[in-house]
This record gives sequence, structure tokens and C-alpha cells, in this order.
Amino acid sequence: MPGSALTDAPAPASPKEVSHTGAAPNPSAAALAERFPLAVERTVVTWGETVVFVRPGSVLEIMQWLHDDPTQRYDYLSDVTAVEYRDADQPIEVVWHLRSLPFRRFLRVKAQLSKIEPLEIPSVWSIWKSADWLERECYDMFGIKFSGHPDLRRILMWEQYREGFPLRKDFPLRGRFSRAEQLRQALAQNPESRYSMEELTVADAFEDLPEDMRRRLSAGERTGE
Amino acid sequence: MGLTVPADHKTVSYVPESQEGWVATRLDFLVNWSRANSLWPMPFGTACCAIEFMATAASRFDLARFGMERMSFSPRQADVLICAGRVPFKLAPIIRRIWQQMPQPKWSISMGACASSGGMFDNYAVVQGIDTIIPVDVYVPGCPPRPEGLIHGIRLLQEKVKNERRADSYIRDEMLPDPSSELYIPPSVINELGEPFGNSVHQNRSAP
Repeated sequence: MPGSALTDAPAPASPKEVSHTGAAPNPSAAALAERFPLAVERTVVTWGETVVFVRPGSVLEIMQWLHDDPTQRYDYLSDVTAVEYRDADQPIEVVWHLRSLPFRRFLRVKAQLSKIEPLEIPSVWSIWKSADWLERECYDMFGIKFSGHPDLRRILMWEQYREGFPLRKDFPLRGRFSRAEQLRQALAQNPESRYSMEELTVADAFEDLPEDMRRRLSAGERTGE
Repeated sequence: MGLTVPADHKTVSYVPESQEGWVATRLDFLVNWSRANSLWPMPFGTACCAIEFMATAASRFDLARFGMERMSFSPRQADVLICAGRVPFKLAPIIRRIWQQMPQPKWSISMGACASSGGMFDNYAVVQGIDTIIPVDVYVPGCPPRPEGLIHGIRLLQEKVKNERRADSYIRDEMLPDPSSELYIPPSVINELGEPFGNSVHQNRSAP
């Protein structure tokens, strides 16, 4: 029974009872350190939230285990993002926010990427499909390549955007080009240039549609025309 | 028919009782009067200004009093483009295309600080005033403007419409952008319009 784990989990703590440091860590952190002693670097608990630092190379393995293991079951990836610190020596951190709905657990996993090497990290798209757009956004803003992503291209900026990665610390707030050049390039973009057909039509997704919708579409019913 | 012309063609007399149903006016006045009081807006709402715009169209402020109750969500049937909110660069070709799809005669209102100048968003992603993309007739200041402010802008636009003359045909000519750069106005002017002001002057731009 998938929901049976709910009865064993303690009720979530009220924010008032949480101390800055020293709150009890998420039990998944200890399980991770035991299962992957070489890949897990350290565990930090801040405001009751557990952060596990892992080595970039073993991200996919760890995530797969967190998702599949019956004692973990992190079935919901709520965010993928990155942090760059103003201190130039600090590495860039890639952050995954995982949630286990059956066990009512929240886990933050971080991997540190050195800036002197190419920013590349395995994609978790094969585990959680929600990583698709989240990793695209992270690539768009920070330039981190997620290897194994099926369709890694810009999502917020247009695809021909050439000024760089806006959330990096070396990116000037107003962008790199002059206003006229920015406007010229923006007007030259073709908003429909790289949209795949799946994004524009339901034709390719027809087999995945519910039965009633397929019946109505077969009968010639159309919307949005 | 009211007006009677005698056989000598030198005088015109009329019988007041039979004047009903007649009005004599200038063609300019009649056309402009009807245009000004039936402007169909194309709402281009991108941010909080659109909330105020919706309030303007709702019953308390009642845009219908000015003949604008019919929101035209198709640019093909619109007379006035109301840009309510900030326009990011990614949206620049969209608003340009919507403007070009609107038939003449057409006007545009730039509603709020962001649409008029980029507002507080002096950054890499936001157009510094939609007048760098499309011609603008009326700017409505405010962040966001209250509905009274927008109605004042609409009244100003109606005044402008009423003062147009059919003899000035050039005002109805479609502006064509420079084919190489797709810009209406010279790049130097755009750079000048996008110059930082206020707190923004303390932030440096790296070399282009």
C-alpha cells in the first residue's frame, strides 16, 4: 500500500520550534552517508532543513537510490537550481530540492562545481521528468551543462541570446551589449524558430491522450481555432 | 426637404419646422468624433498595470462610458494598443507584430512607468520603453497608474483623435522600420533613451 508510510512518519514540526543549527537531521542523510561513504562529503542542518553535499560524479547514482529505495522514496523533485557566491574562489553549487511524499521528508542535495573546470553535471531527467525545464532554466541562467538531458536549450531567454548567462556574477546587470544592439537582436529573434512540433500540436501526443479526448478529436472537434 | 432654392439661385430659404433629421457639420469633425468615441482597445497586459486596466474596464470606473467596452483580443479589429506592464526583450517581436497586424487608423497608449521607460527594471531583460519598438501616442505615468490616470490618458488620446485632419494623410501612413536593423528610430537615440538614471547610474556596464 503506497500510503502506509504516512502513519509511521512524525507530524511536521512547526517553524516556531526549529533552531538555527542543531535541529535533528533528516534520517535520509545518515542513510546516504552509510550507503555512499565516499560520495557524501558532509551534512549540514540549517533551520531544520538538511543539506547533503555530494560529489558531482556520483549525483546520478545517489539520486537514483534516493528515488528507488523503499526506505527513502523521494518521488518529487521540486527544484533544480544553482548558487554562485561573490567570492571568486568559492565553487558553484548545484542544488536539488527533493521531497518524499510517503515519508514527509525534505532533503536538499548540493554538489560543488569548480569554476576552473567546465561546468558539467549529470542530468536527473531519467529519474524525474520534472527536471526537464528546471535544468533548462539552470542552464539558461548559469550555463551549467546537464549531460544526459534530452533537450538542453534556453528556456527563459530566447534561444539566439548571445550575451551569456545572466545570473553569473561576472554578468553586468544591464547585459553586455548596448541597448540598441540588444533591441536589434531581440527583434531579429524568431519566436517560433525552434519550437518542436510536440509543443505546438497535440498530434504527436495523440496516443497518450485520455480516451474521451481522443474520441472527440477523432470526431473533428477542435479548440482554439 | 427643409432647404428650398428659388429659381434665381441667389437666395436660400428654409422652413424651421421641416429641419428635423438634418445636421450640417465638417466631415473631419464627424469622422473624428465617431472614431474617438468608439476606440476598441487591444489589451496588452503583462504585469500589475493590467490589474488596474481591468479595474478601469470594470463597473466602478466603467470604460464603456468612453465607447471602449469592447476589448479586442484580436489585433485585426483593434484601434488602440494599450501596453500595460513591462515588456521583456523576448516579447519585443511579439508586440511589434501585434502592432503591425492592427489596421489603420491605430493609436497606442503606453501605460505605466515600465512600459514608458523600463521603470525600475533597468536590467538585461527589459525593454527601456516601448517607444523604442512601436510609436506611442500617450504615456500614462504611475506605478501602476490608478484607473483615473488611465482614463485621463484615454481622454487625452480622444482629444488627439478629434484634432486630426483628413488632409494630413501622412499621419495614417504605416511606419516602416529600417530593413537592416528592424528599428524605427536610430540606434543612438535608443541608447540615449536607455541611459541609466536614478540609482542605476552607480552600476557599470562592461564594454560591448
